[in-house]
Amino acid sequence: MKLVVAIIKPFKLDEVRQALTEIGVSGMTVTEVKGYGRQKGHTEVYRGAEYVVNFLPKLRIEIAVASNIADKAVEVITANARTGQIGDGKIFVTPIDRALRIRTGETDSDAL
Amino acid sequence: MGAHLGRAAKLAALSGLVTIFATPAFAQTDTISAADTAWMIVATALVLMMTIPGLALFYAGMVRKKNVLATMAQSLAAVAIISILWVAFGYSLVFTGDGPWLGTLNRWFLAGVTMDSVNPAARTIPEALFMLYQMTFAIITVALVAGSVADRMRFSAYLAFSIGWFLFVYIPLAHWVWGGGFLGAAGVLDFAGGLVVHLSAGAGGLVAAKVLGRRHGYGTENLSPFDLSLAVVGTGLLWVGWFGFNGGSALAANSRAVMAIIATHLAACAGALTWGTIEWSMRRKPSVLGMISGAVAGLGTITPASGFVAPWAGVVIGVTAGMVCFWACTWLKHRFRYDDSLDVFGVHGVGGLVGTLLTGVFASAAICGTSGLIEGNPHQLLLQLYGVAVTLTWSVVVTFVLLKLVSAFVPLRVSREHELVGLDISQHGEALQ
Repeated sequence: MKLVVAIIKPFKLDEVRQALTEIGVSGMTVTEVKGYGRQKGHTEVYRGAEYVVNFLPKLRIEIAVASNIADKAVEVITANARTGQIGDGKIFVTPIDRALRIRTGETDSDAL
Repeated sequence: MGAHLGRAAKLAALSGLVTIFATPAFAQTDTISAADTAWMIVATALVLMMTIPGLALFYAGMVRKKNVLATMAQSLAAVAIISILWVAFGYSLVFTGDGPWLGTLNRWFLAGVTMDSVNPAARTIPEALFMLYQMTFAIITVALVAGSVADRMRFSAYLAFSIGWFLFVYIPLAHWVWGGGFLGAAGVLDFAGGLVVHLSAGAGGLVAAKVLGRRHGYGTENLSPFDLSLAVVGTGLLWVGWFGFNGGSALAANSRAVMAIIATHLAACAGALTWGTIEWSMRRKPSVLGMISGAVAGLGTITPASGFVAPWAGVVIGVTAGMVCFWACTWLKHRFRYDDSLDVFGVHGVGGLVGTLLTGVFASAAICGTSGLIEGNPHQLLLQLYGVAVTLTWSVVVTFVLLKLVSAFVPLRVSREHELVGLDISQHGEALQ
């Protein structure tokens, strides 16, 4: 089992969700986050007072998948979250030691 | 406040009936006009709406999220406190007697204000309504000052300062200009409060911003507004309310009120367009904050002139307001590094000053019987300058002394920790989630 964490541009969520559903990913967790990478922040001006905004709004998607479709999931996210502009985001993949569905007590791959 | 409004409405309705069924036995009430009374009740409600929720939203939208409720609390507290003090003695000290410096206490707690009484300044509406209308001006003037010290003033100190400021700055100035005092007697023109409301509040705010000092993180941290859409809504309420502010200052439902409203509306439009255009050319984008700032600048600047000038002068005054107030908020403030948080001085102080002077330029004999500079009466401009000098000096000096006095009893600012955590939690124990 793998945990795929993707930081993407907020307006790309629907495309990514749809594409992941099509390859059999049955659930995801989405969090509104702020951060920065290579993309610089921007400057806002309020009555002449300039503020540099370093942290830009992004979405953080987490999906837990069977190891054999992790690569496919990464591929699908990359294809659908990509605009080619700076700030498209990043994807991290980590192993999952255990998984458990709280309602039924099912474990590991049955719980995904 | 609601009780006052209801009472005035009943009084006004009764007065109307009395007028309709007037017999010679009620001769002294014949002067009360149902039309004037009806309009002035509406105008009173409009001006109260300018403070709550107008100013509360306008200000709260421009502060950070942690200070939104505390900023609204300042407007709310001004309504509650000043209303009661106005009835207790404010009205009497401003609008009775003809002393050059101060009125009398004859009408304290509305003693002598009856169903039939009128104030000599407004003979066609019940005195109770005149009192109520003028109350709403005192409220918004005190509430305006708070914008300069947003994000850092201790609530208890703000309450003490507000009471003192109302007593020692607003009451004398209002009497001098409107209540039969020496400025009005000298011929200084101020239709709806360029001196009494805007310059006095702006100058007081500037002093308060200097005395309290800059906000923590000023110039280094991001102090950007929490939700400018609230400020846009607030501006809309202020703008519409201003029809009652300036139109109501005619104290009657007549052509002068309508002329004042047209000039007011045009000035707001011209101010918004001017500020936005300047930003567009200088910064390549017209900001929403810029457009609403320009609108409020135009409204504040036309205030002293509105009942004295022809409608077209509203456009000229609005454009001037947009340019001068933009300069005050974006250059003057940063040049001298005072943290007038919500630009009370830059918008209202400078606007009131410029508008009062321009009243002396554009005053039209056809509208008000007095000519200004362009109709060949330069003396009026000098009179306006006199009014500006007196108001500015009085507000600056008294505000400074008052703040020093209050700070002897309670610190003006919250602690650094409380400022960082926000005034909502530290002053009121609640917060936006």
